[in-house]
Amino acid sequence: MKKILAVDDSASMRQMVGFTLKTAGFDVTEACDGDEALKAAQGGEFDLVISDVNMPVMDGLTLIRNLRTLPAYKFTPLLMLTTESGVDKKHEGRSAGATGWIVKPFNPDQLLATVRKVLG
Amino acid sequence: MEIDLSQFSQVFFEESLEGLASMESELLKLEVNEPDDESINTIFRAAHSIKGGSATFGFTQVADYTHLLETLLDEIRDGRRQMTTDHQDMLLLSVDLLRNMIDALMRKVDFADPLLAQLETRFTAALAQNSSESEEEQSVTESSSGESSPQNTTWIIDFQPGIDILRCGNDPSLMFNELRLLGELEVTLVDSTLPDFSDMDPEACYLNWQLALVTDKPLEQIKEVFEWVEDECTINYHQETDAPVKEQAEEAGTPANTEASPSTEVIAKPKAVTPAKTPEGGSIRVSIEKIDLLINMVGELVITQAMLGQIGQQDTIDEESLLSMKQGLEQLASHTRDLQESVMQIRMLPISFAFNRFPRLVRDIGQQLGKQVELILKGEDTELDKTVMEKIVDPMVHLVRNSLDHGLETPEVRVSKGKPEQGSITLNAFHQGGNIIIEIIDDGAGLDTQLIHKKAIDKGLVTEDEELSEDAIHQLIFKAGFSTAEAVSDLSGRGVGMDVVRRNIHELNGTIELKSTKDKGSRFTIRLPLTLAILDGQLVRVGQHTYVVPLVSIHESLQVEEQRINRISENHELVRLREEYLPVVKVFQEFGHDADFQEIRDGLVMVVDSNNEKIGLLVDELLSQQQVVIKSLEDNYSKVPGVSGATILGDGTVALIIDISGLVTLAGIANMKEHAA
Repeated sequence: MKKILAVDDSASMRQMVGFTLKTAGFDVTEACDGDEALKAAQGGEFDLVISDVNMPVMDGLTLIRNLRTLPAYKFTPLLMLTTESGVDKKHEGRSAGATGWIVKPFNPDQLLATVRKVLG
Repeated sequence: MEIDLSQFSQVFFEESLEGLASMESELLKLEVNEPDDESINTIFRAAHSIKGGSATFGFTQVADYTHLLETLLDEIRDGRRQMTTDHQDMLLLSVDLLRNMIDALMRKVDFADPLLAQLETRFTAALAQNSSESEEEQSVTESSSGESSPQNTTWIIDFQPGIDILRCGNDPSLMFNELRLLGELEVTLVDSTLPDFSDMDPEACYLNWQLALVTDKPLEQIKEVFEWVEDECTINYHQETDAPVKEQAEEAGTPANTEASPSTEVIAKPKAVTPAKTPEGGSIRVSIEKIDLLINMVGELVITQAMLGQIGQQDTIDEESLLSMKQGLEQLASHTRDLQESVMQIRMLPISFAFNRFPRLVRDIGQQLGKQVELILKGEDTELDKTVMEKIVDPMVHLVRNSLDHGLETPEVRVSKGKPEQGSITLNAFHQGGNIIIEIIDDGAGLDTQLIHKKAIDKGLVTEDEELSEDAIHQLIFKAGFSTAEAVSDLSGRGVGMDVVRRNIHELNGTIELKSTKDKGSRFTIRLPLTLAILDGQLVRVGQHTYVVPLVSIHESLQVEEQRINRISENHELVRLREEYLPVVKVFQEFGHDADFQEIRDGLVMVVDSNNEKIGLLVDELLSQQQVVIKSLEDNYSKVPGVSGATILGDGTVALIIDISGLVTLAGIANMKEHAA
């Protein structure tokens, strides 16, 4: 079973993402900010990390930058959850090492389609 | 996949309200001229989360509105726009508006408020001003309508990935898989760019591909596959017959987000069919710690139960098992007590939930009255039962308004008295015994003793020749009928007097005290039980019945000699206690049953507090004092005058909890004192 780490400071989004992915048969761990996510990622290997961008303590871009420095996450798909439609943010995310993004709002089907896109 | 999004609504509402609360408190703290980055970030994040959530869960009205806030805040955050007081005001008003919007959603009613349109206009106008950013949303329609014919086309795609493509988790083979979903794909590897083996970085991607895709899908959809990597890669698309259509990294931003528009449409459709759970009754967020404690406690109970169960199975009970049974019962008692405490803890919330609304209130009213006020909050972590919290807020608001309106002086007056221009109001909460104490302290003018005395005489609440201490005069403001239209300004009054404040607090089994010193200020002290679910009670016996009297109301109990009893009429008697005359309520009479002692001289008079006045209750006997669990009579039966609830005693019998002020009304002795003299 593929392991996914879902990071969002909003409990409802986290629940929705978590629920959708679990229902689709993924093993999901949830974290409520970048710091918590980084700790979780160091504690176990995930096949995919989906992270919100704006979060307290550690934001999503910093998380992605940090993850990319870890050998275990060198090639792991890291997706940003973003409402930012501007090109800037995506570009910033890409240079931080993000694989891609999912633009909020999205529905469960769109989320799963994107996840399958990177998990093959 | 069918996932019912409405199951997440409740959590979304709760966190949105929390977000709004933190937005509000940050906004109030904000120094507009040099806003703190972290504050702006917090405010932005709150707006941003609400927008994301509301859009996802289908609350378009909220999403559209928060989009405006988010845009403004984003510009401020990035330093593209200077924060102004006007922005601050708009954002504060938005907090209120959004609260109402969410409230309407929770109650499933339509939201209509002219303020919405007004604020939208203000935001749009503010955003239009010298925005250094051009339109942020590019049009998505870089139309390829020509190609959208359903006929199969063969697309030749030259794909030269960036050298770092693997290092951001993108895998060309996955993209090819995705393309295969669109049609028939042929992949040709171009390895001409491979460097010498010795120069090769194993993590880099040196390969290029030429792809031939036969599909009836439009070009847009093909481009979407490469959306994430188009900035780093060189990709040329051309139809087999056509001239090549160049698509390069520099032209990025064209297919900005093709996903966004269809998705909003999908979500905007309200899920009309699914009846979500109503938010009625509300919910509470509990820390994991508290839950863990509970689970532990229950675990202990189960062990004790097993132990007792084992003893129960023995046919004979010898001395040894008797001993362990006693131990078991003791354990059971202690675990039960602990369990009760932990369960109560679940309902406990820090009083900051109530305090949080005051910075805003004080700011607004202070501005309105032209007074400078500093609000000091102390003991915000002090925990209090949720239901008590809900009920104490209104009285607190009233007292704070009162302090602002009547207590604090204007800056000029303060200076003339040698005080600093800025007055202060302190809200302080702490635990004392089984109670929570909430103090509302101001450093204003204090109560005007003469004015109050004069007014009380005018109202006929006291007589002119009555000797009253300063403190006693101050207490007069709690009298029903003291507050009248002339005393009520549009602010503090709202037509409600201090007597109502006191009554509300009494209904919570609490008390309120007042200390005031001229030109130094006033201090209101509210004392409340920590919870409405349990009560420290004194059990008393009247005939065959046991009643519970709230311990907090009891002053003393005594036997009264004949000569101190003063009969005014058939049913009304007064007892002289030191310098006071107390009316006595015969409990058995009011509840219509028998009692051992029907005369005051034979029984026991319990002196209790009723609306800050002492009265006596005639009872037969004092029993034990204990904590009782309150059961609502209203919910289970119906409201009974003179009774505030019921409880079940250890032996299974039901005892009624006496509502003292209700009993006084029932006995019709409210103004009996005046007859005394």
